[in-house]
Amino acid sequence: MDRLEILKTYKLYINGKFPRSESGRYYTPEGRGGKALGNICQSSRKDLRESVLAARGALGNWAPRAAFNRSQILYRMGEMLEGRRAQFEDELKQQGSTAAAARKEVETAIDLAVYYAGWCDKYQQVFSAVNPVSTAHFNFSVYEPVGVVAAIAPENSALAGLLGTLLPIIAGGNTCIVLASTGKPLSAITLAEVLATSDLPGGVVNILTGDRKELLPIFATHMDINSLVASDLTKTQIADIKQASVNNLKRIVIHKEDVSKLEDPYAILKTQEIKTTWHPIETSIAGGGKY
Amino acid sequence: MKKNTQWEYAPAPEAAKIAKIAKRYDHFINGKWTPPQSGNYFRTINPGNGRKLSEVADGNDADVDAAVKAARAAYEGPWGKMSGRERGKYIYRIARLMQERAREFSIIETLDGGKPIRESRDIDVPLAANHFFYTAGWADKLEYAFPNRKVASLGVAGQIIPWNFPLLMAAWKIAPALATGNTVVLKPAETTPLTALKLAEIIADSGLPEGVVNIVTGAGSTGAAIVNHPDIDKIAFTGSTGVGKLIQQTIANTDKRATLELGGKAANIILEDAAIDQAVEGIVNGIYFNQGHVCCAGSRLFIQESVYDEVIWKLKRRMRTLVVGDPLDKNTDIGAINSKEQLKTIQKYIQLGQEQGGEMYQPKCKLPAAGNWCPPTLFTNVTQSSVIAQEEIFGPVLAAQSFRTVPEVISKANNTPYGLSAGVWCDKGARLFQLTTQLEAGVVWGNTFNQFDPASPFGGFKESGFGREGGLHGLAAYLEM
Repeated sequence: MDRLEILKTYKLYINGKFPRSESGRYYTPEGRGGKALGNICQSSRKDLRESVLAARGALGNWAPRAAFNRSQILYRMGEMLEGRRAQFEDELKQQGSTAAAARKEVETAIDLAVYYAGWCDKYQQVFSAVNPVSTAHFNFSVYEPVGVVAAIAPENSALAGLLGTLLPIIAGGNTCIVLASTGKPLSAITLAEVLATSDLPGGVVNILTGDRKELLPIFATHMDINSLVASDLTKTQIADIKQASVNNLKRIVIHKEDVSKLEDPYAILKTQEIKTTWHPIETSIAGGGKY
Repeated sequence: MKKNTQWEYAPAPEAAKIAKIAKRYDHFINGKWTPPQSGNYFRTINPGNGRKLSEVADGNDADVDAAVKAARAAYEGPWGKMSGRERGKYIYRIARLMQERAREFSIIETLDGGKPIRESRDIDVPLAANHFFYTAGWADKLEYAFPNRKVASLGVAGQIIPWNFPLLMAAWKIAPALATGNTVVLKPAETTPLTALKLAEIIADSGLPEGVVNIVTGAGSTGAAIVNHPDIDKIAFTGSTGVGKLIQQTIANTDKRATLELGGKAANIILEDAAIDQAVEGIVNGIYFNQGHVCCAGSRLFIQESVYDEVIWKLKRRMRTLVVGDPLDKNTDIGAINSKEQLKTIQKYIQLGQEQGGEMYQPKCKLPAAGNWCPPTLFTNVTQSSVIAQEEIFGPVLAAQSFRTVPEVISKANNTPYGLSAGVWCDKGARLFQLTTQLEAGVVWGNTFNQFDPASPFGGFKESGFGREGGLHGLAAYLEM
């Protein structure tokens, strides 16, 4: 007798848990050959707010961690991705990729995790500065995470593009809420399962699925989101989010979807603030000596 | 015999006549002094005595358009084609010319803006010249600043600056724009246009190609003309958070870049083991420097409970020694409030502070009859919800609160939409760095306050704006990466 396959229920990922949308709404995107991908949660304003709460709560855990520790966790993500290659490839194919393209995208994604794992404890060394001020002060500028970041993932590159958006944000100590590709949401939800098993604390990454047009203005106006990173928006959408996000001067980062440029330490800097610290240096010398 | 317990200072005025101020100034466009298209001029007055100093051109859309055209032509012409090394040499020249005329510039800065001559002489003018000197050397070394990136200039930068550090802000804006190969249209604040116009004289003397720097004077509508001009690639603005947000909204549907350096409400935190006398000096420098017309002023004072009474007592004693009055007098600590409007704003907040239960202290001081004056002011019995503890006053008004624990003061200090600067006074390194790393501010001063340097990046977190000015990191604001 044939065994009946168990179908997966695709859910959201908020604060380390996998809830359905509180709204009970769903949509059914079509994949290869017009076949429905499943009943995907259509996140609501309230789901978004819950995610922001989770991200804000996790920031105090993630941002102050040793950069070395963040590095290990991102590398662990790479390990978990590698172990699920077949599943990611299969879902990419369901979403319309050819077998070759799916394999390439998964490999790109795994390598991206390893690439950004390495940057976690290096971008500070490369891009920070000790500033030679003219007065007797020790003065240095370092990068700090901007805080809670909302990320609108690319619509087409459902896995590699998603990670290219996500990894620079968390490598730099931020927490985030990611809105997955509306048309190709499966990769994002399966990625959540990777995140949940990578020692990444709950709430550091929260993943929503749903309608971009509906959620964009809510992301843009939310007062507890510090930065909004978005890929492949229309000119009008960019203008709209810039205008709407003025209330708390969100840092707006617009990515052009270009899978060949996902490896870039400058992408980390885009969701960082620069803090400059001053402290006096005593200049008196015992016995009037010189050095 | 009655003993005089307090030293009286004999007046030591700087010589106003050294300043060469013309009766009237036109715009500086394409290397030439150009009358405004409207034919209108407005007065700039000395806030220390209310008398007119000069009159300057009132810029309109047509003036801004002419300036942008000149800047574009210079960008596509000689300046855009020039090597970094040659660009740098021009900037060095400007720095040297400023140093040579430093005394005259200090006097004009004080006459036009009301700040004490001690500050314009020792801080504003030398720092402005140093900014040009420091930044000049970057012009031919940009490939070392941004590893593995080929950077390019943006084009024409529209720059709008405030009245609190008129020349210094012009230097902060112009120097990095030129070093990175851009051209400039700059608008100084309407109440303090003179030193920017004197800087135009220096720029003309330096032989900088025509149109590379254009200076257009005017009020808000002139600034709006710059923000709205379609051929400007980048807006650099220093000013209020309200106007900054308006600018960001205005340019939302364009490709213009922006850096915004906006308001602040800095916490100055005194821990119980701090060197109290030094901390008191830091509190005074933090809030009364430049009459408190400082975006990064330490306007919120947090004192640990165990030393609260001592700090307040010593602070009041120190406040009684501050000399308020003639900005040109070398003894003056607190000069004139920049404008009548700003004085009214400050007085409104002082009134509000009292109405909301704050206890006000102002030392008795003799204020001159004419001009705009406000004595140094301290409020105690202030709560987190008091308006004077939340809103930027931009005047010599300090709001003091107490705290018990370090986590408490961190959360109080960060409980503001602003994030420009902060100060911590503490003798223990480990605790000091706990605070400096957790305070949400772009500049944090440990056991010091209000220090500035051309090599040190300046700019805010949160609603205090974005982008940095100064240092290596300040160059990024004018480059395509």
